[in-house]
Amino acid sequence: MTPLTGYLIVAAMLFSIGLAGALTRRNAILVLIGIELMLNAANLNLIAFWRYGPHPEALTGMMFAIFSIAVAAAEAAVGLGLVIQIHRHAHTTDLDRMNRMKG
Amino acid sequence: MNWAFYLIAALTVAGGLAAVLLKNTVHCALALTVAFAGLALFFLQLDAQFAGFAQILVYIGAVAILIVFAILLTRGSETPKGSVFSRNWLAGLAIAAGVFAVLGWAVLHSASVLPHETAAPTVTVLQIGNALMGRYVLPLEIVALLLTAALIGAVIVALHEKEGSR
Amino acid sequence: MIETMDQIFVLLQHWLMGLLPAALQPVAGVVLGVVAIVCLFPALFALTTVFERKGLARIQNRIGPNRVGPLGILQPVADGIKSLIKEDIVPLCADGVVHFLAPLLLVVAVFMGFAVLPMGRNMVLVDMDAGLLFFFAMGASTELSVFMAGWSSRNKYSLLGAMRAVAQMISYEVPLLMSSLSVVMIAGSLSLTKIVEAQNHYTWGLPHWYIFTPWGLAGFLTYAIATTAETNRSPFDLPEGESELVAGYHTEYSGFKFALFFLGEYLAMFSISGLGTTLFLGGWSAPFSFLGWVPSWFWFFSKMMLSIFVFIWMRGTLPRLRQDQLMNFAWKFVLPLTLVNLMVTVLWRFLGDGWQRWVFCSAILIVAYAGIGLAGMRRGHFGPRRYLYAE
Repeated sequence: MTPLTGYLIVAAMLFSIGLAGALTRRNAILVLIGIELMLNAANLNLIAFWRYGPHPEALTGMMFAIFSIAVAAAEAAVGLGLVIQIHRHAHTTDLDRMNRMKG
Repeated sequence: MNWAFYLIAALTVAGGLAAVLLKNTVHCALALTVAFAGLALFFLQLDAQFAGFAQILVYIGAVAILIVFAILLTRGSETPKGSVFSRNWLAGLAIAAGVFAVLGWAVLHSASVLPHETAAPTVTVLQIGNALMGRYVLPLEIVALLLTAALIGAVIVALHEKEGSR
Repeated sequence: MIETMDQIFVLLQHWLMGLLPAALQPVAGVVLGVVAIVCLFPALFALTTVFERKGLARIQNRIGPNRVGPLGILQPVADGIKSLIKEDIVPLCADGVVHFLAPLLLVVAVFMGFAVLPMGRNMVLVDMDAGLLFFFAMGASTELSVFMAGWSSRNKYSLLGAMRAVAQMISYEVPLLMSSLSVVMIAGSLSLTKIVEAQNHYTWGLPHWYIFTPWGLAGFLTYAIATTAETNRSPFDLPEGESELVAGYHTEYSGFKFALFFLGEYLAMFSISGLGTTLFLGGWSAPFSFLGWVPSWFWFFSKMMLSIFVFIWMRGTLPRLRQDQLMNFAWKFVLPLTLVNLMVTVLWRFLGDGWQRWVFCSAILIVAYAGIGLAGMRRGHFGPRRYLYAE
């Protein structure tokens, strides 16, 4: 098993753990934690392919990963702002109880 | 494959598992920080120093603290009374397992087509700066606009309304 | 002879490495450097605690510790023995694992920051290309440990102190990074050794330190303010103000863990003032060219201890800032000034050598400081406070 395969397997594991967390937990913030794990797994994939790919001096993979980190931070900020506002309105963050569109 | 890779992989996957399995939400956020740190170590092992330090600075220094503040502002720090998993947790788990099976199969069966060991690239910060100002200047400006919009948007979304639902 | 004195620690390290077989030599070299840092800075910390208590005492017209040794010099030994033998009380409902890990994380993150500081000519532990970024990454990790300490104690006052401390640290992190950005722009590198080497030139005997330029002086002022806030020192020490919050986020810590927090705070002060001397005060370079015979590590450490003395002086003199005044100050005063400073730095670089750039840059900075300062002071809203974000 080459090193690249090892990194890809770890990234796949992290991605599926994040997906499981986002799909099974009740608290809205844990869904966001799962999403952050998925984004990080994708970053690991990008950097691993950049390192073991044909043209590492073109810096494509690293640039993509850096932009992905920036965008993920922005998305986490907005997502958590939304969760805070929802909590103020519904007084709960339990996703199983927020199953109606009526506000 | 050396022992450092296995150690960091064990740390990261353990952190990720703890982040989705623990009951106390703040513990989940702290386990997520461990996973972020493990990923930063992976980036350093892959000779991507700038990405590794940026990961620590942005994710551990900002996103983790943001998540923790949000947990405290939504009264999530008390342990929840009922179950922490939703009613149809089995379906979610099955989907995640299916995704992992597909990804793992794809990776292991394409081992012959994937690129192999190459020499470690020496990347200086100067090269990254030149790339950001040269070839990637459009994405840089767009990300700057995006971050400004996210900053203003997050403040407005979370702002307390004076009139309305009080 | 001068060269030997200057490089004496490097020569000592090489000699000790030479005693070992060739396979172990690189590891041994790094380990020797790490041992030197781990022994030296806590020793300096011990000296600084007595320095601070005597200094504060003299400012407050009293004497300070004078029982333990001659002039109280052995006081840290007494404090160390006390903190080691004191009972380690952990509250019953405190979160055990997090409570234990918080001081550890703080001390580890702070010690890592010392790895990139150039303490003399050729005396840096790891010469990284992105050294400054590494230093700030380690600084960002300390905020998490402050939160962990406050939350795991399950104490209202600890949590309040921790929240205040984290809000203060993240607010002042942006001016800290922006002040260092002007230095990086002019020096052209994120590597701290290259930044010091760029300042190691002399014109007519005077050094090329960045503090002697208009943007450098403005940058150093905002850097000093941001540093004082990052390390929770007075006048920004509301998170650990004794009169408000007992001891803030480290209320529930006793014995050795409290000593670790204390150590972590002072070491953070050392490392961030070491960074300040590297960025603005020329690092290990001598003030005048005829003083070049004095060893370089002597200049680094004296400049660092001078910054520590200024910290102690500020603590004894200035009153504490309230939390909202502190945050107001960061976002509405210091941050716009750092942005103006960045633009002035760009102007400095592109105006070329000559007297014009001195005049223009100084004029812009003085107008900006005076303008924002006067505008900030004139409005003086002393009416009832409006709360926008609290419930």
